[in-house]
Amino acid sequence: MSDSAPPPPRTLAEKIWWDHRIAEMDGGTTLVLIDRILLHERTGGVALKSLSAANRSVMVPDQVFATMDHIVDTFPGRTDKTLMPTGTAFLIATREAAHEHGITLFDLGDPRQGIVHVTSPEQGIVLPGVTLVCPDSHTCTQGAFGALAWGIGSTEAEHALATMTLRIARPLDMRITIDGVLPSGVTAKDLALHIVGRLGSGGAKGHIVEFAGSAVRALDMEARMTLCNLATELAAFGAVVAPDQITFAYLQGRTYAPSGAGWDVALGYWQTLNSDPGAAFAAEHHIDAADVAPMVTWGTSPQHAAPIGAPVPRFDELGVRDSQDSYDRALDYMALAPGGDLTALPIDAAFIGSCTNSRLSDLRRAAAILRGRKVAPGVRAICVPGSTEVKRQAEAEGLDIVFREAGFEWREAGCSMCFFAGGESFGAQERVISSTNRNFESRQGPGTRTHLASPETVAASAIAGHIADPRRLEPIQ
Amino acid sequence: MTPLVRLTAIAAPLMRENIDTDAIIPSREMKTVSKTGLADGLFAGWRYSEIDSRTPDPVFILNQPPYDRANVLISGANFGCGSSREHAVWALAEYGFRAVVAPSFSPIFEGNCIRNGVAPIILPLPAVERIAAIVATRPHITIDLETQTVRAGDEEWRFSLGNEPRQMLMQGLDAIELTLQRRPEIATFRAMDSERRPWAYLSGQHGPSA
Ligand code: SF4
Repeated sequence: MSDSAPPPPRTLAEKIWWDHRIAEMDGGTTLVLIDRILLHERTGGVALKSLSAANRSVMVPDQVFATMDHIVDTFPGRTDKTLMPTGTAFLIATREAAHEHGITLFDLGDPRQGIVHVTSPEQGIVLPGVTLVCPDSHTCTQGAFGALAWGIGSTEAEHALATMTLRIARPLDMRITIDGVLPSGVTAKDLALHIVGRLGSGGAKGHIVEFAGSAVRALDMEARMTLCNLATELAAFGAVVAPDQITFAYLQGRTYAPSGAGWDVALGYWQTLNSDPGAAFAAEHHIDAADVAPMVTWGTSPQHAAPIGAPVPRFDELGVRDSQDSYDRALDYMALAPGGDLTALPIDAAFIGSCTNSRLSDLRRAAAILRGRKVAPGVRAICVPGSTEVKRQAEAEGLDIVFREAGFEWREAGCSMCFFAGGESFGAQERVISSTNRNFESRQGPGTRTHLASPETVAASAIAGHIADPRRLEPIQ
Repeated sequence: MTPLVRLTAIAAPLMRENIDTDAIIPSREMKTVSKTGLADGLFAGWRYSEIDSRTPDPVFILNQPPYDRANVLISGANFGCGSSREHAVWALAEYGFRAVVAPSFSPIFEGNCIRNGVAPIILPLPAVERIAAIVATRPHITIDLETQTVRAGDEEWRFSLGNEPRQMLMQGLDAIELTLQRRPEIATFRAMDSERRPWAYLSGQHGPSA
């Protein structure tokens, strides 16, 4: 637009927003330029097919990428066959549509295949200062790079594909400043669950959450992605972390990141991407990293999170207000009693994976706990690397052997049992400790009871046979 | 899309908070690569006492006459939270719902509603609770997008929907068509932007192709 940008101080999100603002529409929406569109087989094929059916084309296929992650099989030696009875049709439809529209596809067997929010950073598709959308609610993960990244519906995906724009209302700005140092053994996942527990599942509704403060600066890129991943559990529009040396070092040399002289131009721009001192936020929260402990969820919403070892909260102790009805429902579903001891509960399964916690550093930390130990009898334990590249690197370090020797299944990359796709499930009433991001009713299969936690806590619990604090592991005999 | 201007229909009260998209359409019900064939799976986990044989659970409101013919849903706060899957709205729309009245919606879900001809109507909780109480005995309500009012029994409430969403619903418009009319403006913007942020453009020529 020809009018000039508002004067400083501006927030990071406002800077990105302004550089993507094409026109103001009636009714309070803005026509915003989209730089990257990511698709996966669950909804991508539907959007592309629907686009073709309306005789429309993809405006800039070079800036659209598709991967197979949501319903692909994750068993070794996988093919197009899926456990979900009709899943193969989704794979084929996405493959055909991607070819038809000239879109780069990370297909089965491609070394770049994996969960969309894992592969995009690996390939340097997400960059600071871009707008990136994907028909997936955890797209906010990629805001860790200082991008505006958000989840959209399939019809919006069609709109973005056909026009390289979206019509959206300007989200509000929220800043969550986390200062201090996370105690040893406490991870970005625990921090994220701590925040969701405190602010509640609607706590950042309609906001772009900027995670700031010394504790965030200290996180590596993978941990920042874990933190941003759970912003959607606050109902946030998106999350963002100002890019810095850690971001730039991660991106340099990646396939789709700029190189040569282009890198220097990009870097010059990226270094302006931070909130000016004095920039106004619609809401601000402050968190002391020292207050965060390893967390585990007890209910059926990520806001139902408590420090490990704490009793199941009583209704009147809930920091975030649930109705009595939803509290009772949650406890009933999870077969828990108020005041009960979570760590005494035997678990049936342990799952390490998902776009929250399936990257190399996650697997390394879990493996450090598993090394030389065995999963408790009767516990089914599964590790699903987030991408084929993560799997390759983990195998190069021998992590697969550590997982296997401990009694974990070692799978091919994908979303797997992060959500129930209609095929593989843990089983009704089975209690699962999981490194994923959602503990909704039946999320991991009909009737399954999910407790969210960090990969360390999942590993420690798998060994103990009940929910266990990774800091209290018995020394190896 | 069928335009929606004024609707008098049976409204079913389902007063739970945080009804998420997994509850609206369980993922195992999303079996086809298409936007249709989903109505049968709507609320499957609650609607059927036995999912596989599709045995209706008589306790569930949509299995009780006259609410089995409802075209409006009355619900609790944060309706449509959870995954961004649009199938939830497609299932509601295919089943016949044209409007959902609730104290709040998840933002993604709210946008999906508008794009699929389902009106997301926000009223304060006491009003929603009052409507739910009224439809327990007098099930028909009237929703008017022209006047932005909901009528139940002898009472009336005003809601407000953005101008563009309202026009889209009332005219049954497709947003892509509207935006494509601005193609030249988009092309000009991309040309200017590709000078400023060349590294963001991945097309072979590093230039806009709009
Ligand atoms: S891993 Fe889970 S949360 Fe992440 S994209 Fe896949 S299904 Fe969604």
